[in-house]
Amino acid sequence: MNIHEYQGKSILKSFGVRIQEGIVAGTPEKAVAAAKEIQKQTGTTMWVIKAQIHAGGRGKGGGVKLAKTLDEVKEIAKKMLGMTLVTHQTGPEGKVVHKVLIAEDVFYPGEEDHKEFYMSVLLNRQTGRNSIMYSTEGGMDIEAVAENTPHLIFKEEVDPKVGLMPFQARRIAFNLGLSGAAFKDMVRFVMALYTAYDKTDSSLFEINPVLKTSDGKILAVDCKVNLDDNALFRHKDYLEMRDIKEEDPSEVEAGKYDLNFVKLEGNVGCMVNGAGLSMATMDIIKLSGGDPANFLDVGGTANAETVEAGFRIILKDPNVKAILINIFGGIVRCDRVAQGVVEAFKKVGNIDIPVIVRLQGTNAEEGKELIDKSGLKVHSAITLQEAADLVKELV
Amino acid sequence: MSVLINKDSKIIVQGFTGSEGTFHATQMIEYGSNVVGGVTPGKGGQTHLGKPVFNTVEDAVKETGADVSVIFVPPPFAADAIMEAADAGIKVVVTITEGIPTSDMVKVKEYLSDKDTRMVGPNCPGVITPGEAKVGIMPGFIHKKGGVGIISRSGTLTYEAVDQVTKSGLGQSTCIGIGGDPIIGTSTKEAVQLLMEDPETDGIIMIGEIGGNMEADAAYWIKEHGTKPVVGFIAGKTAPKGRRMGHAGAIIGGKADTAAAKMEIMRECGIHVVESPADIGSKMAELLK
Repeated sequence: MNIHEYQGKSILKSFGVRIQEGIVAGTPEKAVAAAKEIQKQTGTTMWVIKAQIHAGGRGKGGGVKLAKTLDEVKEIAKKMLGMTLVTHQTGPEGKVVHKVLIAEDVFYPGEEDHKEFYMSVLLNRQTGRNSIMYSTEGGMDIEAVAENTPHLIFKEEVDPKVGLMPFQARRIAFNLGLSGAAFKDMVRFVMALYTAYDKTDSSLFEINPVLKTSDGKILAVDCKVNLDDNALFRHKDYLEMRDIKEEDPSEVEAGKYDLNFVKLEGNVGCMVNGAGLSMATMDIIKLSGGDPANFLDVGGTANAETVEAGFRIILKDPNVKAILINIFGGIVRCDRVAQGVVEAFKKVGNIDIPVIVRLQGTNAEEGKELIDKSGLKVHSAITLQEAADLVKELV
Repeated sequence: MSVLINKDSKIIVQGFTGSEGTFHATQMIEYGSNVVGGVTPGKGGQTHLGKPVFNTVEDAVKETGADVSVIFVPPPFAADAIMEAADAGIKVVVTITEGIPTSDMVKVKEYLSDKDTRMVGPNCPGVITPGEAKVGIMPGFIHKKGGVGIISRSGTLTYEAVDQVTKSGLGQSTCIGIGGDPIIGTSTKEAVQLLMEDPETDGIIMIGEIGGNMEADAAYWIKEHGTKPVVGFIAGKTAPKGRRMGHAGAIIGGKADTAAAKMEIMRECGIHVVESPADIGSKMAELLK
């Protein structure tokens, strides 16, 4: 589950990780009140207004602005709230800003220069262990850093038997070139950050940048937090952090029926049982000259209700010119699925685009017969190649 | 021979009396698998599906000599069940459960690292040696005894490959569903090694998907040590970056995660990569002719 910057920061703070302080607001008036409150708490003389959307690259897209007066806070918040922010991660359609974070200014001048670092905590799939990835090159696109200057990216792997040890945190602080108070503060920061990652069962923390302020403090200016969906049963309090306005409406709808759906840009919809076969079906649509309009795994229980829900969700997409249903019956019997397709087809009504049903496995022949006899405008197939040929013919 | 399981495997079912466990244990027994009992804490001493129920895996091993376990325990308790099986000395633990927290699997992997236990899964359809034993949830009837070993991260896509192989006139030695999670017990490479060393396996089908670098690892190993033809397919060539495609482990982060990158490495390593999932069976048949 993805959450907003302000939510991620509240989690970090609850584990003792120092953050750039801020208060979230949904109207320009509340933004001003938040700015006053933050000034009272931190003594800041300027504010950073940050659009809260589930995507990175906000700065370049105009979603992060500095305000020097309360009037500016109001003005910027007014402009930002309701705007559609386009970044390299949102796609061309962008995302509407519903909330802004009013944060203290942490780039104030002082005795030392400030410095930005990069830090993330994530699973190393190769070793099955968590690791901390960090770099002296903070505040930039880390993929570009990895490509151009890979020697500036460091990794620290965590032994699950003992967790992150202080010597590892010290190594990180040394590698980042710190000394004195900032060194000690970085050690504390890293230890607290890993504890937060571990205790929340997260799958990714990305802090870009981690800032050394001009008075030697270490803090998280931004944060991206992904919580492991499979572990949310242990963290019910985090469930309310879900913001469905950030998700595709058809994906939210699919979730209600326990369907696993991902919206894509193509012209052939598909409905499949199993994630691997779903991806393979998308690939075969492409090979047959179409473009997949979605990923849809109906799971182990493809019945009339789920098939109907799948039809309705796919048909909402005006780009869809054909639908391919691909079911490999194992435990699920194909004749049951066929019956479900026929019922769903009648219920939904007016499906005026071609539907191809490919049934294979348990009772496949009976299923095909049911479809063929139904009198519906449905093309049936048994082998994957036949289904592919039908897509080619119809698209 | 075959790998991991055979007709002499003594199989127990963890989560035996639950609805999933009951349904699939019944199917396994009907297929002819040597199920010797099951474990449900608190129900020890009862009989279920005509087999004894034990409170602990330790008791089950003592009484039946079980060496294989299949786990249908719900996600919050599955990691505990895997470690209990390893502690009791089970040799092969097949974990079907989908949805185990990744943080739990980090601990499981560490726990298993110095045990004499091989885990397959989690989030997998299981392992089958046709005609001998089925340990999992795959439909038994599509399989036929033969010489093709199959490795896959997914369920129904494995069935698809099995079906194509059977219909091409060949059969399977052992099919291993290694699972779709980010952390799994047996990697693609380890499964390839097992099948490469198995005298009953003539050719190997390796089905991967986007995310991680297991297929590349396996490919490099095959290039060095391979002695049998390998057919490969990677699902998700059309999957977008950064989106999880059903399986927890199926997500493109960097370039190496993509289907195209994996297919290229596999080709370079001498694997017969098919672009279409409809060609998996016919390609293998052509190579083994």
